Amino acid sequence: MSEHAVVAEGVGKVFNAGSSDQVEALKGIDLTIGAGEFVSLIGPSGCGKSTLLRLVGDLVQPSAGRLEVNGKTPHRARLDRDYAMVFQKATLLEWRTVGKNVQLPLEIMGVDKAERERRSREFLDLVQLAEFSDHYPWQLSGGMQQRVAIARGLVFDPALLLMDEPFGALDEMTRERMQMELMDIWRRTGKTVVFVTHSIPEAVFLSTRVVVMSPRPGRITDVIDIDLTQPRTFDTRESTPYYEKMTEVREALRAAGVGVE
Amino acid sequence: MSLRDDPDVLEAFDADVPGEPQVDVSRLRERLREVAPAIVLFFAALALWELTVIAFGIQEFLLPRPTVIVGTLVDNWTEISKAAFATFEEAVGGFVVGAAAGALVALATARWTGFRTGVLPIAIALNSAPIIALAPIMNQWFGLTNPVSKMAVVAIIVFFPVMINTARGLTEVDPAELELLDSYAASPSEIMRNVRIPSSLPFVFAALKVGTVLSVIGAIVAEYFGGPRDVLGVYITQQASLLHIAEAWAAIVVATVLGVAMYTIVLVAERLIMPWHASFRDQRV
Ligand SMILES: Nc1ncnc2c1ncn2[C@@H]1O[C@H](COP(=O)(O)OP(=O)(O)O)[C@@H](O)[C@H]1O
Ligand SMILES: [Mg+2]
Repeated sequence: MSEHAVVAEGVGKVFNAGSSDQVEALKGIDLTIGAGEFVSLIGPSGCGKSTLLRLVGDLVQPSAGRLEVNGKTPHRARLDRDYAMVFQKATLLEWRTVGKNVQLPLEIMGVDKAERERRSREFLDLVQLAEFSDHYPWQLSGGMQQRVAIARGLVFDPALLLMDEPFGALDEMTRERMQMELMDIWRRTGKTVVFVTHSIPEAVFLSTRVVVMSPRPGRITDVIDIDLTQPRTFDTRESTPYYEKMTEVREALRAAGVGVE
Repeated sequence: MSLRDDPDVLEAFDADVPGEPQVDVSRLRERLREVAPAIVLFFAALALWELTVIAFGIQEFLLPRPTVIVGTLVDNWTEISKAAFATFEEAVGGFVVGAAAGALVALATARWTGFRTGVLPIAIALNSAPIIALAPIMNQWFGLTNPVSKMAVVAIIVFFPVMINTARGLTEVDPAELELLDSYAASPSEIMRNVRIPSSLPFVFAALKVGTVLSVIGAIVAEYFGGPRDVLGVYITQQASLLHIAEAWAAIVVATVLGVAMYTIVLVAERLIMPWHASFRDQRV
C-alpha cells in the first residue's frame, strides 16, 4: 500500500456542464492525505465537501485533475473495497434487521455466513448495540441507526473511512460520545479517516489536520495542523491549546469570506 | 457505560412501553374495537333490507330477503359450491399467470432501460383499455367451455397493473441506497436483489390486492359471455333468466366471498413477506 491514502492534484468538478444550471462545485483542489491521518473538511453548505468525498469514492467523476486512492485510481480502489462511506443519513435498508444491515457489505463481498455473523456481532458490540441485532431499523432512534451505519462501515475492515457529517443528526451528548468512540477506533486500527463536518469543535477535537473550504467555486483556502496531544480525552476539550486551535480555524473560515456559527 | 445509561437506548425502550405484559389481551380487544363498527353496520344493513322488503311487500323475484337468500344458498349448496370452485380456479389460475408475467416483464424493464422506455407507455395505455371486451375473442381462441378462455381474460386484466406498479417500484428507489451499494462495487444483480426488489414489494402488493378483486370480476363477467354449465357466471345468468332471483343472489354472495378470500390471502402473504413495512408498524412485529 502506498503511504498516501489520498492524492488530489488540480481536481475540479462541474455539474451539468454547458447547461443553464451549471455548477462549479470544486476548483483546483490539491490535497495529499497520508495513511493513518484523520483529516476533517470544514466549510459552509455548498462548498463541495460531499462532492470531494464522492470523488475520492469514485461515486462521481472529476471534470479536471487527477485523483489517487491508496496508490490506485479511485475506480480501482472502489472495486478493491478499499474504503467505506458513512453518510449523514444512516441509509439502513428497512427490510433488513440491524444485524443483517451490518452484514450487507460482507454478503456482497462473498464472506461466508458464520464469519458474517461473527463479525456483525463484534462490530455491533463495538457500537454498543449487540442486543438490537434482531430489531428492525425503525425500532431504533436516529442516533442508534447512525451507530449501526458506522458498524456497517467498519465491519469489512476498509483502510479508508469516508465520513460525510456522520454525527450531524445526533444530539450533543450522543455526538460527543460517538466522537470518543471514533477516536478510539481510529487510534486502535490505524485507519485513515476523511471526515466532513460543519462543526469547528468537532473538527479540532478529532483531526490531525483541518482542511478549510469556501464556496463558489468550492476550493481549499487553508490547511491547519492540529498538533494537540494524542490520545484526545475529555480534558482536551477544556485545554487552552484546544481553544486556540478553534480560534485559528474560525479565523481561517472568516478569512475565506465565510461567516460561520 | 451500560446500555441502560444510553439516552438513545432508553428512548427505544420507552417506545416499547405501550405494548407491555398484557400485550395480547389488550391488542385483541383493540382489534375487536376496530372491526366492531363494520360488523354492526353490516348486520344493521341486512336487517334494514329484510324489514324494507317485508314492510313494502316487495315481491321475491324483484328483491329477495337476506334470510331467503341464505336459505336458498343452503338448499342449493351442492350446485353453487361446485360452480364457485370452478370459477375460483379460473380466477386464481388467471391471477397467478397474469401476476407472474407482469412481475417478470417489470424485472426486464428495470434491467434494460430501452425496453422500459418502449414498453411502459404502451402498457399504461393498454391498462385503461376495457380488457373484458376480449372475452368473446378468448372464447373463440380457447373454446367456450375451456376454463383457459376465462383464465386468459383474468390474466390479461391482472397483468397490466402488476407490471406497471412493479416497474415503478423497481425504479423509484432511494438514490442514497443505490450509492451505498455502488460504494461496495455491487453488481447490477446484487443491487436488484438487495435494493430494487425489496423496495418494489409495497408497490407489488398494492397491485396484487387490486388484482384479486379484478380477477373475480373478470372471471364472472367473462363467464357471462358463455361457458360450461357449472360456473358462477353462467349459473347467475341462467337463474336470473328463469326468474330464480334468490338463486342468483345466493351465487352473487358466494362470488363476493371468493373475492374477499383472495384479497385476504394476499394480505396475509404481504404481512409474512414484509413484516418490516411501515403499514404494519402500529401492530408491532
Ligand atoms: N449531483 C449534483 N448535480 C448538480 N449539482 C450538484 C450535485 N451534487 C452537488 N451539486 C452542487 O455542488 C455544490 C457542492 O455541493 P456539495 O458537495 O453537496 O456541498 P457540501 O457537501 O459542502 O454542502 C452545490 O452547489 C450543489 O448544489
Ligand atoms: Mg454535504
